[in-house]
Amino acid sequence: MSTMQFLFSGFGGQGILFAGKFMVYKGMLEGKQVSWLPSYGPEMRGGTASCSVIVGDEPVGSPIVTRPDVLVAMNLPSFDRYEPAVVPGGTVFLDSTLISRKPARSDVTVYEIPATKLASDNGIPTLANMIIVGKILHVLGQFDEGDVEAALKKVISAKHADMMEANLRALRLGTQA
Amino acid sequence: MSEKVLMKGNEAIAEAAIIAGCRHYFGYPITPQTEIAAYMAKRMPKIGGTFLQAESEIAAINMVYGVSAAGKRVMTSSSSPGVALKSEGLSYLAGADLPALVVNVQRGGPGLGGIQPSQSDYFQATRGGGHGDFHMIVLAPASVQEMAEFTVKGFELADQYRMTAMILADGTMGQMMEPVSLDLAVSPMPEKPWATTGTRMKRPHNIVNSLYLVPEVLERSNFERYERYRTIEEREAMYEEYRMEDAEICIAAFGIAARVSKNAINEARAEGIRVGMIRPKTLWPFPSAPFRAAADRVKAMISVELSMGQMIEDVRLATECRVPVSLCNRVGGMIPEPEQILAAIREAAKTGGNKQ
Repeated sequence: MSTMQFLFSGFGGQGILFAGKFMVYKGMLEGKQVSWLPSYGPEMRGGTASCSVIVGDEPVGSPIVTRPDVLVAMNLPSFDRYEPAVVPGGTVFLDSTLISRKPARSDVTVYEIPATKLASDNGIPTLANMIIVGKILHVLGQFDEGDVEAALKKVISAKHADMMEANLRALRLGTQA
Repeated sequence: MSEKVLMKGNEAIAEAAIIAGCRHYFGYPITPQTEIAAYMAKRMPKIGGTFLQAESEIAAINMVYGVSAAGKRVMTSSSSPGVALKSEGLSYLAGADLPALVVNVQRGGPGLGGIQPSQSDYFQATRGGGHGDFHMIVLAPASVQEMAEFTVKGFELADQYRMTAMILADGTMGQMMEPVSLDLAVSPMPEKPWATTGTRMKRPHNIVNSLYLVPEVLERSNFERYERYRTIEEREAMYEEYRMEDAEICIAAFGIAARVSKNAINEARAEGIRVGMIRPKTLWPFPSAPFRAAADRVKAMISVELSMGQMIEDVRLATECRVPVSLCNRVGGMIPEPEQILAAIREAAKTGGNKQ
């Protein structure tokens, strides 16, 4: 991996920014060059949220991801909007509980994960985002319990320390999804 | 090397200000810089400082005037329309020769405009920012690390030259997170014998004022201030050169525009086009010397801006119009994509200039 550009997208409240933060912390702890840029515009005030995440070996130039290598789409409007932007040969992770249509692109690899359903079936209804992150790490061959836990510790504030276990469970679920 | 932490640019500014010894913050919320105020609201009470959400931007800048007159490090922050409201206070600070740090995390305008990133307050910042003859030192960070470092630098320069330093950032710089080292060196605050700290019956009163009704006296104060400005222009201009060694095309860009330009430059280099960039880190004083020197070596310049073309005037002044300078821009909260800049580079490589 030289540089990987991620675009996380979905509804506000699905933990889009949190998922991105986790990826960035994980990259930073592994000594990578990273950046994280949220959408803060009108869309985030009740609509689609997105965040650009770059993890790589080179210093990050533009922090804005317009041609993602990896797209995470957690709702249909985001999938409709960003599917065309994925680089040819890129990868798409979508929440198939909330996105019923099939991908239009045939030049990208698509993983359809029923993340929202899996989350609610497993009693962690707010963690569909981390199930998808678990899947991403699994696919990229970057799932390591120790690294994942270290990054979670950084991104989960002390106030919410009780959420550690649930997040770990979501990530593990993702690896099998 | 100290441990790096992930922070938003806005938070890095706030923490760096505290590290620099700032214990007084006055502001009024506005997107996209509200995290600065939020951070100060959380931290200041814990370290014996003052956080005050003023009733307006104008009130906030006048509170800055008061604290500065008392000799303390003080700051305010806002975004474009809010900074416009502060312009009266900025002029009074200049007239009274008071140091202060003012942060502008720019958004698209004019008017209330939008809340997305912009660089269209360049003129406002670099031409003084209020009525009367004056300047502010204007620092233009292009990373979260620089947001922190320039904040410290801003306080130091402000104290050294007794004037306002402005951090001219934009919505992207404020909102993005990057690893930042907060191991920041801060030089001790200089003595401020002019400050209104109480005479203890041992010295004459210090008076902080910007009113000079005798024109000869007012003229002299202007002349003296501009002597100081000349020193700053000679000493304090900062810039970065990127891949300029053999460049035949030179990009001029600051802040987020410089970040995006780096991508385009690397892509153009891969196509064999010799392009580099001069990135001003200070916008006033403008780093004219490297542009003037580059003008004799390159065949074209491209000013990449999130405005309708403001810095391009300084590039043309610095290069004395020896090379054609074209504009590559987006406005209104839009940001140029690397492809747009790459196209401008290709165009310049094809047609640019008549130098051999």
